Amino acid sequence: MKRISGWSLIRLYTILVYVFMFAPIVAVIILSFNPQQFGSFPMKGFSFEWYVKLAGNETILRAFKNSMVLGSLTAILTTAIGIPAAMAFVRYDFPGKNSLNTLLLAPIMIPEVVLGVALLLFIRWLQQPKSFLLLLIGHVVITLPYVLLVVQARLVGIKREYEEAAMSLGASPFQAFREITFPLLMPAILAGMLFSFTISFDDVTATLFWATASNQTVPVKIFGMLRNSISPEINALGTVMIILTISIPLLAGYLSRKFSKET
Amino acid sequence: MQEKPWKPWALLSPSLSAVFLLLVVPVCFIVVYSFWLRAPSGADIPAFQFGNYAKFFEDFFYPSILIRTIRVALETVILCLVMGYIPAYFFYRSESRHKSILLLLIMLPFWISFIIRTLSWINILGDSGLINYLLIEMGILNEPLSMLYNEGAVLMGLLQYLLPFMILNVYVSLDGIDKSLLEAARSLGCTEWQAFKEVVLPLSMPGVSAGCLLVFVLTAGTYLPPMILGGPGNDMIANLIFKRIIGTLDWPFGSAISVILLVLLGIIVFTYNRYLGINQIFKTLQ
Repeated sequence: MKRISGWSLIRLYTILVYVFMFAPIVAVIILSFNPQQFGSFPMKGFSFEWYVKLAGNETILRAFKNSMVLGSLTAILTTAIGIPAAMAFVRYDFPGKNSLNTLLLAPIMIPEVVLGVALLLFIRWLQQPKSFLLLLIGHVVITLPYVLLVVQARLVGIKREYEEAAMSLGASPFQAFREITFPLLMPAILAGMLFSFTISFDDVTATLFWATASNQTVPVKIFGMLRNSISPEINALGTVMIILTISIPLLAGYLSRKFSKET
Repeated sequence: MQEKPWKPWALLSPSLSAVFLLLVVPVCFIVVYSFWLRAPSGADIPAFQFGNYAKFFEDFFYPSILIRTIRVALETVILCLVMGYIPAYFFYRSESRHKSILLLLIMLPFWISFIIRTLSWINILGDSGLINYLLIEMGILNEPLSMLYNEGAVLMGLLQYLLPFMILNVYVSLDGIDKSLLEAARSLGCTEWQAFKEVVLPLSMPGVSAGCLLVFVLTAGTYLPPMILGGPGNDMIANLIFKRIIGTLDWPFGSAISVILLVLLGIIVFTYNRYLGINQIFKTLQ
């Protein structure tokens, strides 16, 4: 009997931790439908008013477009340089391998504020203005370690023998890569791109250093709106962001399962 | 595979040059700049002097922000451990069919915008937030309790941000413990509690220490929660750097503060790596 009561306490505790984690997020979603001027409890009805306002807000739409373009380009660039690096670490042995791996993962442990200052200082020394390019290269540095981790974990499962078998059956190295390795790599590529897109899309701290008024991203825009207290419009924008950033990985998970069934 | 020794280097070169050029070189720039002088006109003068560091430790104002940063980071580590260990243990022992969904839910916040998660606490803790609304409706309070813009609110935001890191680190460690060890302990006469204390707890320590390090490092460099949920007296070191660089454009002093933060984190990470090994952390992040 004692075992059961101990276990139910553990279960209750876990439920409470979940409530703690999710109550604020749920509150954002609920309050985004509040028609009142101030986004607070109690709810005085249910309306899509703030979403309509949002869809008509020029600057927010521009920030959205910026975030999407930046996130997509970051995803492509980071994955393009990250996958070869991950292959080098998984497939080859070479001197200094461990230290280089640690170096490439280091940006995870360096505070974003410091990354922000460092790159900005460098750009200033080069006498270049803040630009979209600065945001892009900055986001590549921030997302690269995560892509490396995710892709390396998937690559371990792809055996070198498959390629060698193809080549011993007469395929050229390029053919072997195109026909064998690349399709097997596809889930890793997708995961890497997805991860870097989301991290880029969500990033605030370093982006605050690098963004200018004309290339603000959505989180930077939200940060600016927050100066004059939290409005239902922010809750509505938050809800859109939550739905977007959650549905993308779910969709990708579904796609990659479908993909792996076919191959 | 040994035939072309240059091949891994060719594969690595784009990433290595990106990190070298965009991370290593700029961080060196911070170090160099931290010795420079700032003219009254606002121009930066190349120099080699320790004035910026001396300014930081001149009176109690700046060191107190450093000490507050360390204190808040330690508080966050302890709270994350207290709140995170039990759910991780629950996942380890649970036989529930819903276990994988519950684990997925813990990962979910990683995908939700950090700024949304931080400001969502305003809806809960604000003067017209959920808690005050409920307390006033129930007649417990007459006027709203002020819960925002203090260290407690900052801790709420930090906890919600960092708890998943702790839970996952501990869970990965727990998951590697063979359950037959528990059965063996039980059959040898241990109580459930003794089996936990003598077998599970010591074996989960690598995950606990990795989680603590990660939470500490991420808290010490955090900018957003103190900015959004804290008041004027809750600034942490990252807020100070931001104010000096973006606010007053004092690049040399801002650089010096950044170096101080990096040195603090460097000492902690290297000490950890020396005694416990850093790879556990990267293992969990996969």
